[in-house]
Amino acid sequence: MSQPTAQPLTGRLIFEKGTRESRCIEPPALDVPEIDLAEALDGAVRAEPPALAAVTEVDIARHYEHLASANFGVDTGFYPLGSCTMKYNAKVAEQACRLPGFAGAHPYQPEETAQGVLELMAGLADALAEVAGFPAVTLAPAAGAHGELTALMCFRAYHAANGDPRRRVIIPDSAHGTNPATVAMCGYEVTTVPSDARGGVDMDALRATLDTDVAALMLTNPNTLGLFDENILAITEAVHAVGALAYCDGANLNAILGKSRPGDMGFDALHINLHKTFGTPHGGGGPGAGPVCVTDALAPYLPGPLVERRDDGTFGLTWPERSIGRVRSFLGNVGVLVRAYAYIRALGGDGLAAVSEQAVLSANYLKERLRGAYELPYDRTCMHEFVLSGRRLRKEHGVRTLDVAKRLLDYGIHPPTVYFPLIVEEAIMIEPTETEGLETLDRFAEVMLRIAEEAAENPDLLHEAPLTTPVRRLDEARAVKQPDLAWRPDA
Amino acid sequence: MRFSPISCEQREQMLDVVGARSVDDVFSVIPDEVRLRRPLDLPGGMSEVELVAHLEELAARTAHAGSLVSFAGAGCYDHHVPAIVDAVVSKPSFFTAYTPYQPEVSQGTLQAIYEYQSMICQLTGMDVSNASLYDGATALVEAALMATRATKRGRVIVSAGIHPEWRETLATYAVATGAELSECPTADGRTDLGRLAALLADDVAAVCVAQVNVYGVVEDVAAVAEVAHEAGALAIAVTDPVLLGVLEAPGALGADVVVAEGQSLGSAQSFGGPGLGIFACRDRFVRQMPGRVVGRTADVDGRVGFVLTMATREQHIRREKATSNICSNHALNALAAGAYLNAVGSAGLRGIGSLCVARAHYLRDALIGTGRFSAPWDAPFAREFALRFDGDAEEFVRAMVDHGFLAGVPLERIAARRPDPGVDASGVVLFAVTEKRTRAQMDRLVEAVMSL
Repeated sequence: MSQPTAQPLTGRLIFEKGTRESRCIEPPALDVPEIDLAEALDGAVRAEPPALAAVTEVDIARHYEHLASANFGVDTGFYPLGSCTMKYNAKVAEQACRLPGFAGAHPYQPEETAQGVLELMAGLADALAEVAGFPAVTLAPAAGAHGELTALMCFRAYHAANGDPRRRVIIPDSAHGTNPATVAMCGYEVTTVPSDARGGVDMDALRATLDTDVAALMLTNPNTLGLFDENILAITEAVHAVGALAYCDGANLNAILGKSRPGDMGFDALHINLHKTFGTPHGGGGPGAGPVCVTDALAPYLPGPLVERRDDGTFGLTWPERSIGRVRSFLGNVGVLVRAYAYIRALGGDGLAAVSEQAVLSANYLKERLRGAYELPYDRTCMHEFVLSGRRLRKEHGVRTLDVAKRLLDYGIHPPTVYFPLIVEEAIMIEPTETEGLETLDRFAEVMLRIAEEAAENPDLLHEAPLTTPVRRLDEARAVKQPDLAWRPDA
Repeated sequence: MRFSPISCEQREQMLDVVGARSVDDVFSVIPDEVRLRRPLDLPGGMSEVELVAHLEELAARTAHAGSLVSFAGAGCYDHHVPAIVDAVVSKPSFFTAYTPYQPEVSQGTLQAIYEYQSMICQLTGMDVSNASLYDGATALVEAALMATRATKRGRVIVSAGIHPEWRETLATYAVATGAELSECPTADGRTDLGRLAALLADDVAAVCVAQVNVYGVVEDVAAVAEVAHEAGALAIAVTDPVLLGVLEAPGALGADVVVAEGQSLGSAQSFGGPGLGIFACRDRFVRQMPGRVVGRTADVDGRVGFVLTMATREQHIRREKATSNICSNHALNALAAGAYLNAVGSAGLRGIGSLCVARAHYLRDALIGTGRFSAPWDAPFAREFALRFDGDAEEFVRAMVDHGFLAGVPLERIAARRPDPGVDASGVVLFAVTEKRTRAQMDRLVEAVMSL
């Protein structure tokens, strides 16, 4: 008899499970007079039922348990994914967003019945304003990129109100892809400025391209190399000198809580990724939330409605005077806002500063442990993350950064961000976050050093990695050439 | 509370390795002029016990679907969320994961999204669905923008039957993107087809219409799609997925793109967010689609596996030439929607839809029977309907709170900033009836109305 083997945990679709008669949830019984659907719906009644799975609750429970076991989250292990801030997600915040007063509230219930959740939202906005150094905040944007777009729309409205429409937005070559995509979506043209040898914005190049056609500069600070731009005040000053506005991509705010504030750096607006800095879970892709903070000059343009604290101590909704309008339905991703509020209150002001202190120390610690085995193209004190290059491994052993990343999977570690920022060849971008213990950091360092040795000793081992994961390297070319994007009953 | 496990002693060791005397030393790379030299002006931290008490106190000062019997809808509904759904989305390896960029250790998320895409295609009658967008309003925006790219035309017609907040979102984006918007009013609760024909011309990229509009009225999507197609425009249908067990698939009615708010599929109301932006379209638009999409393929050993695919449309590859700037989406809500649809199945979805329709008709008749409400039009409706109160709608809803009801949504509140010229919103209340509302609850609401 052959060796017994367990069934693979993934690959078999839910539609292929159960029987035709399998049921999980049955709707309640009809307790009102039956009506003729075709008549009620004016003939718009569905002819062919949708082919959904027919399964029992046990089938569903096992199906997703199997899928979950083939997934890697922060609770599974170390997740040093640079620029994504994969910190531990506090369980108390998960519990908080499920409280009936938050989870069961309706966005249109009379405001006097929603004072608790409105107070929470106002409190969160106040806390974000203090951390960021800005006077006004909208909690509406659903994600970082949505926040970027919201802010640029406010910039556009601001320039238009001044009778000074402008066409260009400047972005450094180290920027996240969402920045240029947002610029294009907002009807502006992208001008890219290079980084200098120290990894900051090239001041000469910036000055050369700044003119009165520039609407804004978008800058991540600390930047995507994990470096604080030392010229930040000169940069924002130069931007303002031509009448343009300075936008801060807040993706890296986890480095500077209580240490430095974008509002004090001369920025006019900032988005905050609550799902990075403020510990809300990434959800396998979302939902996040991307509140936007702005100066007094831009506050009248914010999207509405905003939560307002009234003089009588109650809370309500208000519209900024020259609002750009809505950027979404309802008020915001409140479930995410509740988690972020819980996180901020749990830590308090001192706790937030301690977050950045540890995040920055841990990143510098790993940088020191890994230098030598990997190249460090910008050898400076980093903030909460740093970028290595696998250039030498590629040249000497034919091993690419992708191979290093895949080999990490065999050691049970989620790879860092790779091939980003684009200005570093074979980039490996490492962000340990403050929630990892020294033992975890040390093991990661040892594994990375071991992989560098493996690259020299047995490069094929890395080319073939991963060997131990639920599936191995996937045929991405086939996925593009023969797209299979949905199961169909007849296929 | 603190979530960093590093001890003081370990911190000293780490500083040694880094070659710094103190943490402040490390932060000296931040220029002095922008260093914050004071503590953050925020309250001190809390223990878990204190924090839970504080949050419970805030939550207790917020009415919810468990404390008020809810007939409120207008885009956010008190549908039942099966227990299995929360069990699924509470699995840490789902909700603490990032976007599945490393497919070898993300098959759970990827397969769940592939299954979600499949279910959305089944429900809507479309060929392809993306992995989710933020909400229905931004999904409508993305659909309109995609239509302008696909047709190389600049104007989009929007039925005023679409939720006012969605239309306002579209208008906000239109200012930035340069798209031109025309709104087509309703007449007797449905898109005015005569006005629509007059608005159509060869510069129109798409016509957007709601299959079930903000008044709860079931619209004639097929008729709208037909006139749109005659003018060379696309038909974008807004639908509500939980009703697609009883309502015809928009794809079968001629829609080219289908968008929806998916909150009704297993997501909590959560004061309006996070919801789920559903986006599905015909095959021919796949390379113009916004957002992530998962494909099925095989690994090097021939095992079935799933990957994010067609990424050349996306911002992290294509930058300013991307089809959208979206990065984070609402994957966890899509996971909930998949679990929900598995739990109810096709028969259950039909059952839920029929029950909502039957109960909504019962309540509407009963409310009209009180003599306090009148019907603003005679049009087919599904789960939600509009009635005109013989007084102030806000006051009515507030009075009903005292009787234990969130009785509905005053239309004026949501439509004030973007009215539909075809509707006099004064006194109009929108009532939604989900499968959770019993006959007894509806009878009590009617009694409360009689007592006013």
